[in-house]
Amino acid sequence: MLIKTKKSYQLSEQQVTDEAVYHSRRELLKKLGYLGAGSLLAQSANASPLDFFSSKEEQVFQRQALKYRPSEKSSQILTPEAKITSHNNFYEFGTSKSDPVENAQAFNVNPWQLTISGQVDKPYTLGYDDLFQRFQLEERIYRLRCVEAWSMVVPWVGFSLAELIKKAAPNSRAKYVAFETLYDPKQMPGQENRRIGGGVQYPYVEGLRIDEAMNPLTFMSVGLYGKTLPAQNGAPIRLVVPWKYGFKSIKSIVSIKLVEQKPPTTWNILADKEYGFYANVNPEVDHPRWSQASERRITTGGLFARNRIATLPFNGYGEDVAQLYKNMDLRKNY
Amino acid sequence: MPAIATTSNKGSFKIVFLRNRVLLLKIAIHLLAFLPLLGLYLLAFTEQLGADPVEEVIHFTGIGGFNLLLISLLITPIAKKYRQGYLLQTRRLLGLYSFTYAMFHLLNFLAFEVQFDLELFFAEILDRPYITVGMAALIILFSLAVTSITSIRRKMGKKWQKLHNGVYLALLLVALHFFWSVKSDIVEPMIYVAMALFLLSLRKDKIKRWFK
Repeated sequence: MLIKTKKSYQLSEQQVTDEAVYHSRRELLKKLGYLGAGSLLAQSANASPLDFFSSKEEQVFQRQALKYRPSEKSSQILTPEAKITSHNNFYEFGTSKSDPVENAQAFNVNPWQLTISGQVDKPYTLGYDDLFQRFQLEERIYRLRCVEAWSMVVPWVGFSLAELIKKAAPNSRAKYVAFETLYDPKQMPGQENRRIGGGVQYPYVEGLRIDEAMNPLTFMSVGLYGKTLPAQNGAPIRLVVPWKYGFKSIKSIVSIKLVEQKPPTTWNILADKEYGFYANVNPEVDHPRWSQASERRITTGGLFARNRIATLPFNGYGEDVAQLYKNMDLRKNY
Repeated sequence: MPAIATTSNKGSFKIVFLRNRVLLLKIAIHLLAFLPLLGLYLLAFTEQLGADPVEEVIHFTGIGGFNLLLISLLITPIAKKYRQGYLLQTRRLLGLYSFTYAMFHLLNFLAFEVQFDLELFFAEILDRPYITVGMAALIILFSLAVTSITSIRRKMGKKWQKLHNGVYLALLLVALHFFWSVKSDIVEPMIYVAMALFLLSLRKDKIKRWFK
């Protein structure tokens, strides 16, 4: 006779939390309302004494050290790594700033495929290892200005987008570059559930004009602070366009396509009066709902940091990029 | 005889409880409203609120104030339905806490977001519709808070109720303020708008009478 005995660690069906509930557990906690002190503590990026739902066995996203040419010394105060990696807008993993670090730890980025295609003579595909080996990696310290009027200073590691595009030999019809984030609802709870993903249409798409894409400042980042990117910052590869608002710097890219027509961009689709295609940092043009004239620079210091500073045109990179827009009305082309 | 002793103990406990139920409720409201606010600033001051504590304290006090406003407006319907008149005595405290949270919400914006740049502070209040309606709601709540003192209430007579009906307008403005403030995730504000409309629907007879 076959007698099935259950080991203590084997869970029965009804003991296993439904996956959707598991992935939205922090949302549920928050929904319990402010009366539960736990909801307050769940907001903090780090596990707190009342954080019942995190366990030691939970998977932690692994980062590797990178070989790269270090940046020249910068006089800017860097944003601490802990803040860069715990304060993220990556709606695929939840809309709250602390959601991505909590929900993206199990994100699997290896294997990865990034295809470069469209109006090019030599389309090609990069695998996970290629992202770190095909191009000479260098460090660039860039200011990142979010459209929400806060900013950080980030030491990225990566290579110019121009190098990546040149390798594909674009033809004369390549007028724009269209980018696309991975679409994988199984891994990205925000893509599976509108409530978690903030009602954004996925996959996330972005675009640049070809001359913007070929500008030496435009950067493909595969790391920060000397190591591969954390999942919540857009691992394994993301765009960094330092003179544009942060939402242009699309994360976890799987496709770069050279195209003839101006491609659609996610936030522009969602609210075209508030987010334009160009999205150049511009203190003269306010967001309809808040001023863009100044920003809070997140570096060291907490609640009492006196960190409000004036926002500069093109985020201070005008010398390198202003000529791209010399005959354009930037009030209309926001 | 032990059996009788227990019953009478239980009985007297119940009497003491019933006599002091309003007091006990008020203590519970103080704890549940004040401790999270204290905890919030303790975490903020010790740098345990993540990379941007400014956003956290603004959101927490905003949502907290809205929750308290909704709870304060839920008391009357519940008290009527279940005939628990004593509950009405908790409304003032809940309303005052709602105002307190809203006040902290504004002070957070002034002190930590615009960092006492008064020109920017007033420009934002006047130029941004969602902040303008939020400010209007706060002014209403302020006028309700200062007139909640018993002696003032007596002096105001019938005008007091008229003024305090303004809470319904404040509720709508707060809901609009929240809805307008988000970037794309409108589900949560929609739930709040629905709760606000539900609480107003419970008072539809009263509201209809004003328009007759």
